[in-house]
Amino acid sequence: MATNPVSPIDDDDQPAVANVVVDCQIRELYYGTFKAVRDTTIPVQKNSITAFIGPSGCGKSTVLRCINRMNDLVRGFRFEGQIRFRGRDIYEPAIDPVAVRRFIGMVFQQPNPFATSIFNNVAFGLRLNGYKGNKADKVEQALRGAALWEEVKDKLHKSGLSLSGGQQQRLCIARAIATEPEVLLMDEPCSALDPIATRKIEELMLELRKKYTIAIVTHNLQQAQRVADYTGFLYVDTTEGGRTGYLVEFGESKQLFNSPQHKHTQDYIRGEFS
Amino acid sequence: MATADLNKKPIVADPLAGVNFAQLEHSLRRPRTLMDFLLNALITLMTLSALIPLFSVVWMLALRGGRRLSVAVFTQLPPSALEAGGGFGNAIVGTLLMVGIAVLFTVPIGIMTAIYLAQNHHGKLAGVVRFAAKVLTGFPSILAGVFAYGAIVLATGGYSALAGAIALSILMLPTIVLTSEDAIRMVPSRMKEASIGLGATSTQTVWMVLLPTAIPGILTGVMLAVARAAGETAPLLFTALFSNYWLWVHGHAQLMRPTASLAVLIYNFAGMPFDNQVELAWAAALVLVLLVLAANLIGRSLSSQQNVQ
Repeated sequence: MATNPVSPIDDDDQPAVANVVVDCQIRELYYGTFKAVRDTTIPVQKNSITAFIGPSGCGKSTVLRCINRMNDLVRGFRFEGQIRFRGRDIYEPAIDPVAVRRFIGMVFQQPNPFATSIFNNVAFGLRLNGYKGNKADKVEQALRGAALWEEVKDKLHKSGLSLSGGQQQRLCIARAIATEPEVLLMDEPCSALDPIATRKIEELMLELRKKYTIAIVTHNLQQAQRVADYTGFLYVDTTEGGRTGYLVEFGESKQLFNSPQHKHTQDYIRGEFS
Repeated sequence: MATADLNKKPIVADPLAGVNFAQLEHSLRRPRTLMDFLLNALITLMTLSALIPLFSVVWMLALRGGRRLSVAVFTQLPPSALEAGGGFGNAIVGTLLMVGIAVLFTVPIGIMTAIYLAQNHHGKLAGVVRFAAKVLTGFPSILAGVFAYGAIVLATGGYSALAGAIALSILMLPTIVLTSEDAIRMVPSRMKEASIGLGATSTQTVWMVLLPTAIPGILTGVMLAVARAAGETAPLLFTALFSNYWLWVHGHAQLMRPTASLAVLIYNFAGMPFDNQVELAWAAALVLVLLVLAANLIGRSLSSQQNVQ
Protein backbone atom coordinates (compact mmCIF):
# COMPACT_ATOMS: atom_id res chain seq x y z
CA MET A 1 0.00 0.00 0.00
CA ALA A 2 1.48 3.30 -1.05
CA THR A 3 2.24 5.84 1.59
CA ASN A 4 3.29 8.60 -0.77
CA PRO A 5 0.09 10.56 -1.43
CA VAL A 6 1.16 11.33 -4.97
CA SER A 7 2.02 7.77 -5.91
CA PRO A 8 0.50 6.50 -9.13
CA ILE A 9 -1.96 3.67 -9.07
CA ASP A 10 -0.20 0.42 -9.86
CA ASP A 11 -1.65 -2.43 -11.82
CA ASP A 12 -2.65 -4.32 -8.71
CA ASP A 13 -5.40 -1.74 -8.49
CA GLN A 14 -4.72 -0.75 -4.95
CA PRO A 15 -5.86 2.86 -4.98
CA ALA A 16 -3.53 5.51 -3.72
CA VAL A 17 -4.17 7.00 -0.32
CA ALA A 18 -7.76 8.20 -0.43
CA ASN A 19 -7.36 11.80 -1.45
CA VAL A 20 -10.48 13.42 -2.72
CA VAL A 21 -9.67 16.35 -4.97
CA VAL A 22 -13.22 17.19 -6.04
CA ASP A 23 -16.11 16.31 -3.82
CA CYS A 24 -19.26 16.66 -5.85
CA GLN A 25 -22.43 16.86 -3.76
CA ILE A 26 -25.55 17.75 -5.70
CA ARG A 27 -28.87 17.72 -3.89
CA GLU A 28 -31.01 19.32 -6.59
CA LEU A 29 -30.03 20.88 -9.90
CA TYR A 30 -32.37 22.93 -12.08
CA TYR A 31 -32.35 24.49 -15.52
CA GLY A 32 -35.14 27.01 -14.95
CA THR A 33 -38.02 24.91 -13.68
CA PHE A 34 -36.68 21.66 -15.11
CA LYS A 35 -35.09 19.48 -12.45
CA ALA A 36 -32.19 17.87 -14.20
CA VAL A 37 -30.28 16.10 -11.45
CA ARG A 38 -30.90 15.08 -7.86
CA ASP A 39 -29.04 13.37 -5.05
CA THR A 40 -25.71 12.79 -6.71
CA THR A 41 -22.59 12.61 -4.58
CA ILE A 42 -19.36 11.65 -6.29
CA PRO A 43 -15.90 11.91 -4.74
CA VAL A 44 -13.17 12.25 -7.34
CA GLN A 45 -9.91 10.78 -6.14
CA LYS A 46 -6.52 12.27 -6.90
CA ASN A 47 -4.55 10.68 -9.73
CA SER A 48 -7.38 8.38 -10.67
CA ILE A 49 -9.87 8.16 -13.49
CA THR A 50 -13.50 8.44 -12.42
CA ALA A 51 -16.11 7.59 -15.03
CA PHE A 52 -19.75 8.66 -15.14
CA ILE A 53 -21.88 6.22 -17.10
CA GLY A 54 -25.58 5.97 -17.72
CA PRO A 55 -28.31 6.24 -20.35
CA SER A 56 -28.91 9.39 -22.40
CA GLY A 57 -30.33 12.31 -20.52
CA CYS A 58 -29.33 11.09 -17.07
CA GLY A 59 -27.34 14.18 -16.29
CA LYS A 60 -23.79 12.84 -16.63
CA SER A 61 -22.54 15.79 -18.67
CA THR A 62 -24.48 18.20 -16.47
CA VAL A 63 -22.74 16.92 -13.38
CA LEU A 64 -19.35 17.00 -15.08
CA ARG A 65 -19.83 20.54 -16.28
CA CYS A 66 -20.74 21.64 -12.77
CA ILE A 67 -17.27 20.78 -11.62
CA ASN A 68 -15.62 23.56 -13.61
CA ARG A 69 -18.59 25.89 -13.50
CA MET A 70 -19.30 25.59 -17.22
CA ASN A 71 -23.01 25.42 -16.45
CA ASP A 72 -22.83 29.06 -15.43
CA LEU A 73 -23.16 29.79 -19.15
CA VAL A 74 -26.61 28.21 -19.29
CA ARG A 75 -29.45 30.56 -18.52
CA GLY A 76 -31.65 29.45 -15.67
CA PHE A 77 -29.04 27.17 -14.13
CA ARG A 78 -29.05 26.79 -10.36
CA PHE A 79 -28.37 24.03 -7.91
CA GLU A 80 -28.45 23.19 -4.25
CA GLY A 81 -25.42 21.44 -2.94
CA GLN A 82 -21.70 21.92 -3.02
CA ILE A 83 -18.81 21.16 -5.24
CA ARG A 84 -15.72 21.12 -3.09
CA PHE A 85 -12.36 21.51 -4.75
CA ARG A 86 -9.56 20.87 -2.29
CA GLY A 87 -12.05 21.39 0.49
CA ARG A 88 -13.42 24.75 -0.67
CA ASP A 89 -16.87 25.09 -2.25
CA ILE A 90 -16.29 26.57 -5.70
CA TYR A 91 -19.81 27.95 -5.89
CA GLU A 92 -19.25 30.37 -3.03
CA PRO A 93 -19.89 33.97 -4.10
CA ALA A 94 -16.28 34.88 -3.39
CA ILE A 95 -14.93 32.36 -5.88
CA ASP A 96 -14.18 33.52 -9.43
CA PRO A 97 -15.28 30.89 -11.98
CA VAL A 98 -12.60 32.03 -14.39
CA ALA A 99 -9.95 31.15 -11.82
CA VAL A 100 -11.57 27.78 -11.13
CA ARG A 101 -11.32 26.85 -14.79
CA ARG A 102 -7.58 27.34 -14.75
CA PHE A 103 -7.28 24.60 -12.17
CA ILE A 104 -9.93 22.37 -13.65
CA GLY A 105 -9.60 21.91 -17.39
CA MET A 106 -12.05 20.43 -19.86
CA VAL A 107 -11.98 18.46 -23.08
CA PHE A 108 -15.20 18.39 -25.05
CA GLN A 109 -17.03 15.80 -27.10
CA GLN A 110 -16.50 17.56 -30.40
CA PRO A 111 -12.84 18.46 -30.92
CA ASN A 112 -12.78 22.25 -30.90
CA PRO A 113 -9.36 23.66 -31.73
CA PHE A 114 -9.20 27.36 -32.48
CA ALA A 115 -8.85 28.61 -36.05
CA THR A 116 -5.18 29.35 -35.57
CA SER A 117 -1.88 27.48 -35.72
CA ILE A 118 -1.20 24.34 -33.69
CA PHE A 119 1.39 26.25 -31.70
CA ASN A 120 -1.02 29.06 -30.87
CA ASN A 121 -3.70 26.59 -29.90
CA VAL A 122 -1.51 24.95 -27.29
CA ALA A 123 0.00 28.26 -26.17
CA PHE A 124 -3.44 29.81 -25.75
CA GLY A 125 -3.73 28.99 -22.08
CA LEU A 126 -0.22 30.32 -21.48
CA ARG A 127 -1.08 33.60 -23.16
CA LEU A 128 -4.26 33.89 -21.13
CA ASN A 129 -2.27 33.88 -17.94
CA GLY A 130 0.41 36.20 -19.25
CA TYR A 131 3.14 33.58 -19.18
CA LYS A 132 6.45 35.27 -19.84
CA GLY A 133 8.73 32.28 -20.09
CA ASN A 134 9.67 30.13 -23.05
CA LYS A 135 6.37 29.17 -24.61
CA ALA A 136 7.98 26.84 -27.13
CA ASP A 137 9.22 24.55 -24.37
CA LYS A 138 5.85 24.43 -22.69
CA VAL A 139 4.13 23.76 -25.99
CA GLU A 140 6.48 20.88 -26.75
CA GLN A 141 5.97 19.49 -23.27
CA ALA A 142 2.20 19.61 -23.63
CA LEU A 143 2.24 18.08 -27.10
CA ARG A 144 4.47 15.26 -25.87
CA GLY A 145 2.15 14.76 -22.95
CA ALA A 146 -0.73 14.42 -25.38
CA ALA A 147 1.20 11.96 -27.58
CA LEU A 148 0.98 14.35 -30.53
CA TRP A 149 4.47 15.86 -30.70
CA GLU A 150 5.98 13.42 -33.18
CA GLU A 151 3.11 13.92 -35.60
CA VAL A 152 3.06 17.71 -35.60
CA LYS A 153 6.54 18.87 -34.61
CA ASP A 154 7.34 19.87 -38.19
CA LYS A 155 4.13 21.73 -38.79
CA LEU A 156 3.43 23.72 -35.68
CA HIS A 157 2.50 26.72 -37.79
CA LYS A 158 -0.24 24.87 -39.64
CA SER A 159 -3.86 25.43 -38.68
CA GLY A 160 -5.20 23.27 -35.90
CA LEU A 161 -8.19 22.58 -38.07
CA SER A 162 -6.07 20.83 -40.68
CA LEU A 163 -5.54 17.81 -38.42
CA SER A 164 -7.64 14.67 -38.43
CA GLY A 165 -10.37 14.18 -35.84
CA GLY A 166 -8.27 12.08 -33.48
CA GLN A 167 -5.34 14.47 -33.80
CA GLN A 168 -7.60 17.46 -33.16
CA GLN A 169 -8.85 15.85 -29.97
CA ARG A 170 -5.28 15.20 -28.83
CA LEU A 171 -4.52 18.81 -29.67
CA CYS A 172 -7.39 19.85 -27.42
CA ILE A 173 -5.95 17.65 -24.69
CA ALA A 174 -2.52 19.23 -25.19
CA ARG A 175 -4.13 22.64 -24.99
CA ALA A 176 -5.86 21.69 -21.76
CA ILE A 177 -2.74 20.31 -20.08
CA ALA A 178 -0.41 23.09 -21.24
CA THR A 179 -1.27 25.09 -18.15
CA GLU A 180 -0.98 22.00 -15.94
CA PRO A 181 -4.37 22.03 -14.27
CA GLU A 182 -5.01 19.70 -11.36
CA VAL A 183 -8.11 18.10 -12.73
CA LEU A 184 -9.02 17.21 -16.30
CA LEU A 185 -12.68 16.78 -17.15
CA MET A 186 -13.47 14.88 -20.33
CA ASP A 187 -16.98 14.91 -21.73
CA GLU A 188 -17.30 11.86 -24.01
CA PRO A 189 -13.92 12.65 -25.55
CA CYS A 190 -13.92 9.71 -27.93
CA SER A 191 -17.49 9.54 -29.14
CA ALA A 192 -16.70 11.52 -32.30
CA LEU A 193 -13.62 9.41 -33.09
CA ASP A 194 -12.88 6.13 -34.84
CA PRO A 195 -11.83 3.07 -32.79
CA ILE A 196 -8.10 3.49 -33.43
CA ALA A 197 -8.10 7.13 -32.36
CA THR A 198 -10.22 6.12 -29.37
CA ARG A 199 -7.67 3.55 -28.33
CA LYS A 200 -4.87 6.11 -28.55
CA ILE A 201 -6.73 8.53 -26.35
CA GLU A 202 -7.53 5.82 -23.81
CA GLU A 203 -3.85 4.95 -23.58
CA LEU A 204 -3.15 8.62 -23.20
CA MET A 205 -5.62 8.86 -20.35
CA LEU A 206 -3.88 6.07 -18.48
CA GLU A 207 -0.60 7.97 -18.85
CA LEU A 208 -2.10 11.31 -17.88
CA ARG A 209 -3.56 9.79 -14.75
CA LYS A 210 -0.10 9.76 -13.22
CA LYS A 211 0.05 13.53 -13.24
CA TYR A 212 -3.58 14.67 -13.32
CA THR A 213 -6.91 13.70 -11.85
CA ILE A 214 -9.36 12.74 -14.54
CA ALA A 215 -13.14 12.59 -14.61
CA ILE A 216 -14.74 11.28 -17.75
CA VAL A 217 -18.27 10.94 -19.04
CA THR A 218 -18.73 8.05 -21.41
CA HIS A 219 -21.53 6.02 -22.85
CA ASN A 220 -19.07 3.33 -23.86
CA LEU A 221 -19.15 0.72 -21.11
CA GLN A 222 -16.09 -1.09 -22.38
CA GLN A 223 -14.17 2.17 -22.28
CA ALA A 224 -15.18 2.70 -18.67
CA GLN A 225 -14.07 -0.81 -17.83
CA ARG A 226 -10.77 -0.31 -19.61
CA VAL A 227 -9.69 3.00 -18.15
CA ALA A 228 -11.70 3.95 -15.08
CA ASP A 229 -10.61 3.27 -11.52
CA TYR A 230 -13.96 4.39 -10.13
CA THR A 231 -17.30 4.44 -11.88
CA GLY A 232 -20.57 6.13 -11.05
CA PHE A 233 -23.76 4.91 -12.68
CA LEU A 234 -26.50 7.51 -13.15
CA TYR A 235 -30.04 6.75 -14.15
CA VAL A 236 -33.18 8.70 -15.03
CA ASP A 237 -36.01 9.08 -12.56
CA THR A 238 -39.33 9.59 -14.31
CA THR A 239 -41.55 9.04 -11.29
CA GLU A 240 -42.35 12.71 -10.82
CA GLY A 241 -43.30 13.31 -14.43
CA GLY A 242 -40.01 14.83 -15.53
CA ARG A 243 -36.65 13.30 -16.33
CA THR A 244 -34.37 13.76 -13.38
CA GLY A 245 -30.98 12.11 -13.25
CA TYR A 246 -29.58 10.65 -10.06
CA LEU A 247 -26.67 8.55 -8.92
CA VAL A 248 -27.65 4.92 -8.52
CA GLU A 249 -24.34 3.36 -7.63
CA PHE A 250 -20.71 4.39 -7.25
CA GLY A 251 -17.62 2.40 -6.49
CA GLU A 252 -14.45 0.86 -7.80
CA SER A 253 -14.94 -0.09 -11.43
CA LYS A 254 -14.01 -3.74 -11.01
CA GLN A 255 -16.59 -4.15 -8.34
CA LEU A 256 -19.32 -2.19 -10.13
CA PHE A 257 -18.95 -4.08 -13.37
CA ASN A 258 -18.45 -7.54 -11.88
CA SER A 259 -21.03 -7.40 -9.14
CA PRO A 260 -23.37 -4.43 -9.44
CA GLN A 261 -25.66 -4.00 -6.47
CA HIS A 262 -28.72 -2.31 -7.94
CA LYS A 263 -31.07 -3.73 -10.51
CA HIS A 264 -30.83 -0.69 -12.80
CA THR A 265 -27.05 -1.03 -12.84
CA GLN A 266 -27.28 -4.72 -13.60
CA ASP A 267 -29.73 -4.09 -16.44
CA TYR A 268 -27.63 -1.32 -17.94
CA ILE A 269 -24.39 -3.22 -17.80
CA ARG A 270 -25.97 -6.26 -19.31
CA GLY A 271 -27.30 -4.09 -22.12
CA GLU A 272 -31.00 -4.28 -21.36
CA PHE A 273 -31.30 -0.61 -22.20
CA SER A 274 -29.10 2.25 -23.13
CA MET B 1 -57.65 -16.97 -60.68
CA ALA B 2 -54.36 -15.58 -59.47
CA THR B 3 -52.49 -17.03 -62.42
CA ALA B 4 -54.82 -15.36 -64.92
CA ASP B 5 -54.23 -11.99 -63.25
CA LEU B 6 -50.50 -12.45 -63.43
CA ASN B 7 -50.67 -13.04 -67.17
CA LYS B 8 -52.48 -9.74 -67.72
CA LYS B 9 -49.91 -7.64 -65.83
CA PRO B 10 -47.13 -5.82 -67.73
CA ILE B 11 -43.68 -7.37 -67.84
CA VAL B 12 -42.28 -4.97 -65.21
CA ALA B 13 -44.44 -6.48 -62.49
CA ASP B 14 -42.85 -9.86 -62.95
CA PRO B 15 -39.48 -9.79 -61.12
CA LEU B 16 -38.21 -12.77 -63.01
CA ALA B 17 -38.43 -11.15 -66.44
CA GLY B 18 -35.83 -8.66 -67.68
CA VAL B 19 -36.22 -5.04 -66.69
CA ASN B 20 -37.52 -2.71 -69.39
CA PHE B 21 -34.57 -0.40 -69.88
CA ALA B 22 -36.57 2.00 -72.01
CA GLN B 23 -38.25 3.08 -68.83
CA LEU B 24 -34.92 3.86 -67.19
CA GLU B 25 -33.54 6.09 -69.94
CA HIS B 26 -33.76 9.87 -70.14
CA SER B 27 -36.90 10.99 -71.87
CA LEU B 28 -38.35 14.40 -72.31
CA ARG B 29 -41.68 12.83 -73.05
CA ARG B 30 -42.31 12.32 -69.37
CA PRO B 31 -44.07 15.39 -67.93
CA ARG B 32 -41.86 15.51 -64.83
CA THR B 33 -38.66 15.42 -66.81
CA LEU B 34 -39.91 18.04 -69.24
CA MET B 35 -40.91 20.34 -66.40
CA ASP B 36 -37.55 19.86 -64.70
CA PHE B 37 -35.69 20.67 -67.89
CA LEU B 38 -37.81 23.75 -68.67
CA LEU B 39 -37.48 25.20 -65.19
CA ASN B 40 -33.71 24.65 -65.12
CA ALA B 41 -33.45 26.33 -68.50
CA LEU B 42 -35.55 29.21 -67.23
CA ILE B 43 -33.36 29.64 -64.15
CA THR B 44 -30.23 29.70 -66.28
CA LEU B 45 -31.82 32.23 -68.62
CA MET B 46 -32.80 34.50 -65.76
CA THR B 47 -29.30 34.32 -64.29
CA LEU B 48 -27.77 35.33 -67.59
CA SER B 49 -30.23 38.20 -67.86
CA ALA B 50 -29.24 39.38 -64.40
CA LEU B 51 -25.63 39.45 -65.52
CA ILE B 52 -26.39 41.55 -68.60
CA PRO B 53 -26.70 44.93 -66.85
CA LEU B 54 -23.53 44.26 -64.87
CA PHE B 55 -21.40 43.30 -67.82
CA SER B 56 -22.85 45.91 -70.15
CA VAL B 57 -22.03 48.64 -67.62
CA VAL B 58 -18.51 47.35 -67.18
CA TRP B 59 -18.10 47.05 -70.94
CA MET B 60 -19.42 50.56 -71.54
CA LEU B 61 -17.13 51.98 -68.88
CA ALA B 62 -14.11 50.16 -70.24
CA LEU B 63 -14.88 51.34 -73.76
CA ARG B 64 -15.75 54.98 -73.13
CA GLY B 65 -13.60 55.54 -70.09
CA GLY B 66 -10.59 53.52 -71.14
CA ARG B 67 -10.03 55.81 -74.08
CA ARG B 68 -9.23 58.72 -71.82
CA LEU B 69 -7.30 56.87 -69.14
CA SER B 70 -3.69 58.01 -68.90
CA VAL B 71 -1.10 59.22 -66.44
CA ALA B 72 -2.33 62.77 -66.95
CA VAL B 73 -5.66 61.82 -65.44
CA PHE B 74 -3.98 61.03 -62.15
CA THR B 75 -1.64 64.00 -62.02
CA GLN B 76 -3.59 66.92 -63.37
CA LEU B 77 -6.35 69.13 -62.08
CA PRO B 78 -9.84 69.38 -63.58
CA PRO B 79 -9.99 71.56 -66.67
CA SER B 80 -12.30 74.56 -66.84
CA ALA B 81 -14.81 75.09 -69.63
CA LEU B 82 -13.37 74.99 -73.13
CA GLU B 83 -9.98 73.96 -71.77
CA ALA B 84 -8.42 70.84 -73.25
CA GLY B 85 -6.63 68.08 -71.42
CA GLY B 86 -6.66 68.00 -67.63
CA GLY B 87 -7.36 65.19 -65.23
CA PHE B 88 -8.91 64.51 -61.86
CA GLY B 89 -6.03 63.59 -59.62
CA ASN B 90 -7.40 65.74 -56.81
CA ALA B 91 -10.76 63.96 -57.02
CA ILE B 92 -9.10 60.58 -56.59
CA VAL B 93 -7.17 61.86 -53.60
CA GLY B 94 -10.32 63.41 -52.19
CA THR B 95 -12.36 60.24 -52.46
CA LEU B 96 -9.59 58.13 -50.96
CA LEU B 97 -9.13 60.62 -48.14
CA MET B 98 -12.78 60.99 -47.20
CA VAL B 99 -13.50 57.28 -47.40
CA GLY B 100 -10.31 56.63 -45.43
CA ILE B 101 -11.33 59.00 -42.64
CA ALA B 102 -14.81 57.47 -42.60
CA VAL B 103 -13.25 54.03 -42.22
CA LEU B 104 -11.13 55.28 -39.31
CA PHE B 105 -14.30 56.49 -37.59
CA THR B 106 -16.66 53.64 -38.37
CA VAL B 107 -14.52 50.50 -38.08
CA PRO B 108 -13.56 50.83 -34.39
CA ILE B 109 -16.98 52.08 -33.35
CA GLY B 110 -18.73 49.52 -35.54
CA ILE B 111 -16.73 46.54 -34.28
CA MET B 112 -17.09 47.53 -30.64
CA THR B 113 -20.83 47.90 -31.15
CA ALA B 114 -20.95 44.53 -32.87
CA ILE B 115 -19.12 42.94 -29.93
CA TYR B 116 -21.66 44.42 -27.55
CA LEU B 117 -24.56 43.22 -29.69
CA ALA B 118 -23.11 39.73 -30.01
CA GLN B 119 -22.51 39.38 -26.30
CA ASN B 120 -25.82 40.87 -25.17
CA HIS B 121 -27.79 39.43 -28.00
CA HIS B 122 -31.12 39.32 -26.22
CA GLY B 123 -30.72 42.50 -24.21
CA LYS B 124 -33.07 45.45 -24.45
CA LEU B 125 -30.46 48.02 -25.43
CA ALA B 126 -29.05 45.56 -27.95
CA GLY B 127 -32.48 45.16 -29.48
CA VAL B 128 -32.90 48.90 -29.83
CA VAL B 129 -29.44 49.37 -31.35
CA ARG B 130 -29.91 46.53 -33.79
CA PHE B 131 -33.29 47.88 -34.89
CA ALA B 132 -31.84 51.35 -35.35
CA ALA B 133 -28.97 49.95 -37.42
CA LYS B 134 -31.35 48.01 -39.65
CA VAL B 135 -33.49 51.09 -40.24
CA LEU B 136 -30.42 53.20 -40.96
CA THR B 137 -29.16 50.85 -43.67
CA GLY B 138 -31.97 52.24 -45.79
CA PHE B 139 -31.31 55.81 -44.79
CA PRO B 140 -31.50 58.13 -47.82
CA SER B 141 -27.96 59.28 -48.47
CA ILE B 142 -29.04 62.83 -49.14
CA LEU B 143 -30.35 63.06 -45.61
CA ALA B 144 -26.98 61.99 -44.30
CA GLY B 145 -25.57 64.94 -46.24
CA VAL B 146 -28.14 67.33 -44.89
CA PHE B 147 -27.48 66.15 -41.35
CA ALA B 148 -23.74 66.59 -41.73
CA TYR B 149 -24.40 70.01 -43.24
CA GLY B 150 -26.30 71.10 -40.16
CA ALA B 151 -24.03 69.43 -37.67
CA ILE B 152 -20.59 70.14 -39.13
CA VAL B 153 -20.67 72.61 -42.00
CA LEU B 154 -22.77 75.20 -40.21
CA ALA B 155 -20.92 74.63 -36.96
CA THR B 156 -17.47 74.93 -38.46
CA GLY B 157 -18.42 77.63 -40.92
CA GLY B 158 -17.52 75.95 -44.19
CA TYR B 159 -17.51 72.95 -46.46
CA SER B 160 -14.83 70.45 -45.62
CA ALA B 161 -13.47 66.97 -46.21
CA LEU B 162 -14.19 66.21 -42.59
CA ALA B 163 -17.87 66.96 -43.01
CA GLY B 164 -17.91 64.76 -46.09
CA ALA B 165 -16.23 61.95 -44.17
CA ILE B 166 -18.77 62.22 -41.39
CA ALA B 167 -21.66 62.07 -43.84
CA LEU B 168 -20.14 58.94 -45.35
CA SER B 169 -19.65 57.46 -41.87
CA ILE B 170 -23.38 57.72 -41.19
CA LEU B 171 -23.95 55.60 -44.28
CA MET B 172 -21.21 53.08 -43.51
CA LEU B 173 -21.75 52.46 -39.82
CA PRO B 174 -25.01 50.44 -39.90
CA THR B 175 -23.62 48.01 -42.48
CA ILE B 176 -20.41 47.48 -40.54
CA VAL B 177 -22.25 46.96 -37.26
CA LEU B 178 -24.70 44.43 -38.66
CA THR B 179 -22.26 42.39 -40.74
CA SER B 180 -19.69 42.36 -37.94
CA GLU B 181 -22.23 41.15 -35.43
CA ASP B 182 -23.20 38.34 -37.79
CA ALA B 183 -19.55 37.47 -38.36
CA ILE B 184 -18.89 37.27 -34.63
CA ARG B 185 -21.97 35.19 -33.95
CA MET B 186 -21.04 32.79 -36.73
CA VAL B 187 -17.86 31.76 -34.95
CA PRO B 188 -18.72 28.20 -33.91
CA SER B 189 -19.92 28.21 -30.34
CA ARG B 190 -17.70 25.25 -29.56
CA MET B 191 -14.67 27.56 -29.94
CA LYS B 192 -16.18 29.98 -27.50
CA GLU B 193 -16.82 27.09 -25.10
CA ALA B 194 -13.25 25.91 -25.48
CA SER B 195 -11.97 29.35 -24.60
CA ILE B 196 -14.20 29.67 -21.55
CA GLY B 197 -13.24 26.16 -20.52
CA LEU B 198 -9.58 27.17 -20.54
CA GLY B 199 -10.28 29.91 -18.05
CA ALA B 200 -10.56 32.92 -20.33
CA THR B 201 -12.63 35.90 -19.26
CA SER B 202 -15.33 36.95 -21.70
CA THR B 203 -13.16 39.87 -22.83
CA GLN B 204 -10.24 37.56 -23.54
CA THR B 205 -12.58 35.23 -25.42
CA VAL B 206 -13.77 38.11 -27.60
CA TRP B 207 -10.33 39.53 -28.38
CA MET B 208 -8.30 36.35 -28.61
CA VAL B 209 -10.78 33.96 -30.19
CA LEU B 210 -13.96 35.52 -31.56
CA LEU B 211 -12.56 38.58 -33.32
CA PRO B 212 -9.59 36.88 -35.00
CA THR B 213 -11.86 34.13 -36.26
CA ALA B 214 -14.50 36.59 -37.43
CA ILE B 215 -12.09 38.83 -39.35
CA PRO B 216 -13.02 37.51 -42.82
CA GLY B 217 -16.68 38.32 -42.24
CA ILE B 218 -15.88 41.68 -40.70
CA LEU B 219 -13.62 42.62 -43.58
CA THR B 220 -16.34 41.72 -46.07
CA GLY B 221 -18.72 44.04 -44.25
CA VAL B 222 -16.18 46.84 -44.25
CA MET B 223 -15.57 46.40 -47.98
CA LEU B 224 -19.30 46.50 -48.67
CA ALA B 225 -19.56 49.71 -46.71
CA VAL B 226 -16.53 51.22 -48.45
CA ALA B 227 -17.91 50.32 -51.85
CA ARG B 228 -21.14 52.10 -51.04
CA ALA B 229 -19.50 55.15 -49.55
CA ALA B 230 -17.03 55.64 -52.38
CA GLY B 231 -19.85 56.02 -54.88
CA GLU B 232 -22.13 58.34 -52.94
CA THR B 233 -22.71 61.75 -54.48
CA ALA B 234 -25.64 63.37 -52.65
CA PRO B 235 -24.08 63.57 -49.19
CA LEU B 236 -20.93 65.11 -50.55
CA LEU B 237 -22.83 67.87 -52.35
CA PHE B 238 -23.71 69.50 -49.06
CA THR B 239 -20.58 68.77 -47.14
CA ALA B 240 -17.45 68.59 -49.22
CA LEU B 241 -18.83 70.40 -52.25
CA PHE B 242 -16.06 70.40 -54.83
CA SER B 243 -12.68 71.88 -55.50
CA ASN B 244 -10.51 72.37 -58.51
CA TYR B 245 -7.33 72.36 -56.52
CA TRP B 246 -5.09 69.91 -54.80
CA LEU B 247 -5.65 69.07 -51.15
CA TRP B 248 -2.02 69.38 -50.17
CA VAL B 249 -1.08 72.98 -49.76
CA HIS B 250 1.92 74.31 -47.86
CA GLY B 251 2.94 70.78 -46.89
CA HIS B 252 -0.17 69.58 -45.08
CA ALA B 253 -3.56 68.25 -46.04
CA GLN B 254 -6.37 70.73 -45.85
CA LEU B 255 -9.17 68.83 -44.21
CA MET B 256 -11.33 71.83 -43.50
CA ARG B 257 -11.72 73.11 -47.08
CA PRO B 258 -14.06 72.04 -49.86
CA THR B 259 -12.75 68.83 -51.34
CA ALA B 260 -13.03 67.23 -54.74
CA SER B 261 -14.34 63.68 -55.07
CA LEU B 262 -14.82 61.29 -57.95
CA ALA B 263 -18.57 61.01 -57.45
CA VAL B 264 -19.16 64.76 -57.48
CA LEU B 265 -16.80 65.21 -60.40
CA ILE B 266 -18.79 62.71 -62.44
CA TYR B 267 -21.99 64.49 -61.43
CA ASN B 268 -20.60 67.87 -62.44
CA PHE B 269 -18.88 66.88 -65.67
CA ALA B 270 -21.40 64.43 -67.07
CA GLY B 271 -23.99 67.14 -67.65
CA MET B 272 -21.64 69.68 -69.22
CA PRO B 273 -21.90 70.47 -72.94
CA PHE B 274 -18.17 70.03 -73.43
CA ASP B 275 -16.78 66.81 -74.85
CA ASN B 276 -13.56 67.09 -72.86
CA GLN B 277 -15.42 67.12 -69.58
CA VAL B 278 -17.76 64.33 -70.62
CA GLU B 279 -14.84 62.12 -71.59
CA LEU B 280 -13.21 62.84 -68.24
CA ALA B 281 -16.46 61.88 -66.51
CA TRP B 282 -16.37 58.48 -68.20
CA ALA B 283 -12.77 58.00 -67.23
CA ALA B 284 -13.57 58.99 -63.66
CA ALA B 285 -16.42 56.48 -63.57
CA LEU B 286 -14.05 53.75 -64.72
CA VAL B 287 -11.47 54.73 -62.11
CA LEU B 288 -14.13 54.67 -59.40
CA VAL B 289 -15.29 51.19 -60.37
CA LEU B 290 -11.68 49.98 -60.48
CA LEU B 291 -11.03 51.46 -57.02
CA VAL B 292 -14.01 49.65 -55.56
CA LEU B 293 -12.92 46.45 -57.28
CA ALA B 294 -9.41 46.83 -55.87
CA ALA B 295 -10.81 47.37 -52.38
CA ASN B 296 -12.86 44.21 -52.68
CA LEU B 297 -9.94 42.15 -53.94
CA ILE B 298 -7.63 43.39 -51.20
CA GLY B 299 -10.27 42.64 -48.60
CA ARG B 300 -10.82 39.14 -49.92
CA SER B 301 -7.12 38.31 -50.14
CA LEU B 302 -6.57 39.55 -46.58
CA SER B 303 -9.44 37.50 -45.25
CA SER B 304 -8.66 34.34 -47.21
CA GLN B 305 -5.55 33.88 -45.10
CA GLN B 306 -7.73 33.21 -42.14
CA ASN B 307 -10.32 30.85 -43.54
CA VAL B 308 -12.04 28.56 -41.06
CA GLN B 309 -11.83 25.23 -42.81
